[in-house]
Amino acid sequence: MALAAMFMMVPSPFGAVDYRAGAPMILLTLFALGILCVDLFLPASRKQYSAAPALLGLFAAGLATHEIQRVLPANGDALRGFFGIILVDPLAVYFFYLFLVGAALSILISVKYLEIERENHGEFYALLLACVVGMMCMAAGNDLVMLFIGLELMALSSYILVGFLRGNKRSNEAALKYLLLGAFSSAILAYGLSLFYGVSGTTNLAVLCDALTQRMEANPHDPIVLLAMLGVLAGMLFKIAAVPFHMWAPDVYEGAPTSVTGFMSVSVKAAGWAMMLRVLLFGLAPLRALYVPTLVFVALATLLVGNLAAITQHNLKRLLAYSSISHVGYMLLGLVASDGVTSRTGIKGILFYLLAYTFMNLGAFTVLTSLRRRNIAGDDIEDIAGLMQKAPMEAICMLIFLLSLAGIPPFAGFYGKYFIFLSLIETGHYALATVAVLFSVVGLYYYLRIANAMFVRTPATSEPVTVAAGVNLALIFSAAATIVIGLLPNIFIRAVDWSVSVLGPSVAQLR
Amino acid sequence: MYNHILSIILFTPLVGAFVLLCIPGSNKTAIRWTANFFGFLGFAVSLPLVSWFWAVKSLPGFKFMEGAPNSWIPTIGAGYYLGIDGISFLLIMLTTFLGAISILSSWSAIDNRVKEYYAWFLVLQTGMLGVFMSLDFFLFFVFWEAMLVPMYLLIGIWGGPRRVYASIKFFLYTLFGSVFMLLAIIFLYFFHHAQTGVFTFSILELYKTAPLLPAVYGPTAAVLLFLAFFVGFAIKVPMFPFHTWLPDAHVEAPTAGSVILAGVLLKMGTYGLIRFSLPLFPAVVHYPRLRLAMVTLSIIGILYGALVSLVQKDMKKLVAYSSVSHLGFCTLGIFTLNTLGLQGSVLQQINHGISTGALFLIVGILYERRHTREIAEYGGIGTVMPVYATIALIMFLSSMGLPLLNGFVGEFAILQATFLARPVWAAWAVPGVILAAAYLLWLYQRVFFGKVENPKNAALPDLTPRELATLLPLVALAFWIGLYPRPFFAILDQPSKEIVEMVEHPKTYNAAQPLKAAQVAQSAVESTPEAVR
Repeated sequence: MALAAMFMMVPSPFGAVDYRAGAPMILLTLFALGILCVDLFLPASRKQYSAAPALLGLFAAGLATHEIQRVLPANGDALRGFFGIILVDPLAVYFFYLFLVGAALSILISVKYLEIERENHGEFYALLLACVVGMMCMAAGNDLVMLFIGLELMALSSYILVGFLRGNKRSNEAALKYLLLGAFSSAILAYGLSLFYGVSGTTNLAVLCDALTQRMEANPHDPIVLLAMLGVLAGMLFKIAAVPFHMWAPDVYEGAPTSVTGFMSVSVKAAGWAMMLRVLLFGLAPLRALYVPTLVFVALATLLVGNLAAITQHNLKRLLAYSSISHVGYMLLGLVASDGVTSRTGIKGILFYLLAYTFMNLGAFTVLTSLRRRNIAGDDIEDIAGLMQKAPMEAICMLIFLLSLAGIPPFAGFYGKYFIFLSLIETGHYALATVAVLFSVVGLYYYLRIANAMFVRTPATSEPVTVAAGVNLALIFSAAATIVIGLLPNIFIRAVDWSVSVLGPSVAQLR
Repeated sequence: MYNHILSIILFTPLVGAFVLLCIPGSNKTAIRWTANFFGFLGFAVSLPLVSWFWAVKSLPGFKFMEGAPNSWIPTIGAGYYLGIDGISFLLIMLTTFLGAISILSSWSAIDNRVKEYYAWFLVLQTGMLGVFMSLDFFLFFVFWEAMLVPMYLLIGIWGGPRRVYASIKFFLYTLFGSVFMLLAIIFLYFFHHAQTGVFTFSILELYKTAPLLPAVYGPTAAVLLFLAFFVGFAIKVPMFPFHTWLPDAHVEAPTAGSVILAGVLLKMGTYGLIRFSLPLFPAVVHYPRLRLAMVTLSIIGILYGALVSLVQKDMKKLVAYSSVSHLGFCTLGIFTLNTLGLQGSVLQQINHGISTGALFLIVGILYERRHTREIAEYGGIGTVMPVYATIALIMFLSSMGLPLLNGFVGEFAILQATFLARPVWAAWAVPGVILAAAYLLWLYQRVFFGKVENPKNAALPDLTPRELATLLPLVALAFWIGLYPRPFFAILDQPSKEIVEMVEHPKTYNAAQPLKAAQVAQSAVESTPEAVR
């Protein structure tokens, strides 16, 4: 690549492999900085033009990721770069694509929304790209420090994005809340990571794994390891908004600009999962017996709180916030069932779930974005009433997203839940499977409340719903993806199979 | 066409739904004509199947098979795999037939959001047909669940005053049952893999390993799995005590929705019992206590449904509760576990679709004119609408099981089969027939006989030609089955025998094929006759 060659002119210890592995992140960083520079010269009325280079940057990063994907099989199972602190394997590539698609859809729906909110600034797109860079570091990080830096980069960018509506009190409040709680959780995470460094003397995940194996053999209930593990778990569970670290989610989701909420609920969450899988399945694999009971408790609490709290919500963004909490509960059950070595089904379930979730949840937020009109907030259940009469296409798309979220076949979301249930039955967790399916019935209820409002009730206001071109594109793309993944899931299951191929026996090879 | 007849029948309504979407919503007449065209076309494309099926009716196994196992999602072993036997054949014909009639009956009843209505209705048709055709559990489950969505919207948008409550209740109840079924299906899928090393959802394959369950996991696990399926089907049928969604859904649904709900949707439950519960769990259905429980629930359903019908003030609710009673006969026939009982049960399902479908149409016609279903509001309708009263009388008599009409044939076969299985059961079930006569004749008397007391009823117009066109085919069928049911029994003979054979002597993988639990399998087959006693 020309870019990598340019870098290699400078004497450095890094070679082509390093740049190839880091290319998506490097490209996105350059585009983000470029957007900031260009933004200086754009007149105030043209700020939305920055969306174009942002999309271009995502596309370029997508090409770079595809390049990695192309060389992966020939090059062992992973590309390592920068002294092994990043490890781009099929799992990371899968997440790269998820982040890129999620960010691109979010940009498409942001342009018009920010215009209505009169907060159209180029920084928005630069921050979004920076956020994606952080996420990629989380997915590809093979080193505790790298993972932490990625997490912080993502978190800092998202704090600002949440508070992007400067004139809006709720947005400011949400950002402050997120910042305070986020900083707190990052501190706990950093404490846990430092303890792991203390007990193993390394920050490399593979070496840490070996060190922990020895330590656990010596003392299976080592209190320091336990403390470190709880700290790390707490930090990561905060990012994916699992109970009891979910308190921030409804407020932040409600206060943030709707397009950012969509991005947060999909991509930021996926990044949290990427780090969680990376840390728990690679670095902390020897501690599995310790963390699984914790995860069972967290998963059940998450399902309970997420599903029950969603029932009573009137604000659609809060409702979807609680519903996204409950989805994390299902995914956690996949991690409970499968350790990635003896059974991979649960991990497949998580990955497939995140894929489906990217489209169906972002799609739902796309519809909410289009409800935002001149003087209508567009996030109350009243605002969506009678949508079928006003904008039938949107209502049908929303119905597809809701049914998919509820796990009704033949939509994408069904397969996410299906693989989770499959993994639970496969590994003999019958009681957990029963609880999980019962919660999916509860889940249907609150999605049907939205569907009822759209289809059965009459519109509350006569204000028409007009859909901007970008929003329309995002909407059709998400709906089409939700249906296609549902009807022809085979190729997507194969992709997931490919990305979990790094787990299991081949984990040993990676070390 | 011969090789793809099932796919053609399956997707014709769906194509119709998409065609409807292309017509502007303001042009109601065009939409109605198009919808009726596709409703009729859906029935027309299923007609060739009649003669083709008749020719192969006594061949064993499934016919008109299409697709292959594992062809749809090879990575998980799900296939687009269709096929029918006599049981599914009759239910498919019933579906296409009632679908066409229901769409015709909606012409003037639905005036609001017409395009959406017909589109959802046609989607519903495809969903229901898929359930009866699938030979793959995954495909079956997809149709089973997907079909709920259009029905939910039909009740929710075009229903009565409490439609929101009724539609959500319907959806949640059915989903509640089917999620357990999903878990049980997944369990059987893994069990099949453990026995044979193959991951597949093909029903024909699972038939060969599921009967080994009690031998490998013990009777308790097998009973739990049976119950997981049973809950899903029993809610759909609905069997007592899972019936509480039915009166709400029926009363609130628009007339055509009620016809399809009673005529076809409920049959999905009984179909599931016959197609899955019996052959997959042959040992379990023989456990005396479990079988007694099933029969008891059926008999309670028969008597309870009839007694509750007696006291209804709302005509539609009365017909709805009478469904609980009639479906009780159907499930009773299934759990006699003999050929005659199964034949009678399926025939009675068809009869119920015809008679109760007609009763809902009859109630709907009156409702369209007066906008009330209170029995007390009526009286003396016979003098105002004589043609209507005559047809109503025929269908009332058919529903209560008068000889020469269809209801009698099915009920008689079921009761005869029950008597063969256990005379006491038959004795308990027979009062249901008498009670049916009581509630139906009493209803008829209150609505049609006497003088016109209520001035609003004085000038009601008699049936329009369109309404006549929806009812006459049903009347004709009622007489046909009542006078000459032999073709129906001939079609049902082979599949019933096969299912009884699968229940009595399950054909599992034997020692010739690589099988881990070969020995236990043998012991399972041997232990079956003991359980019968």
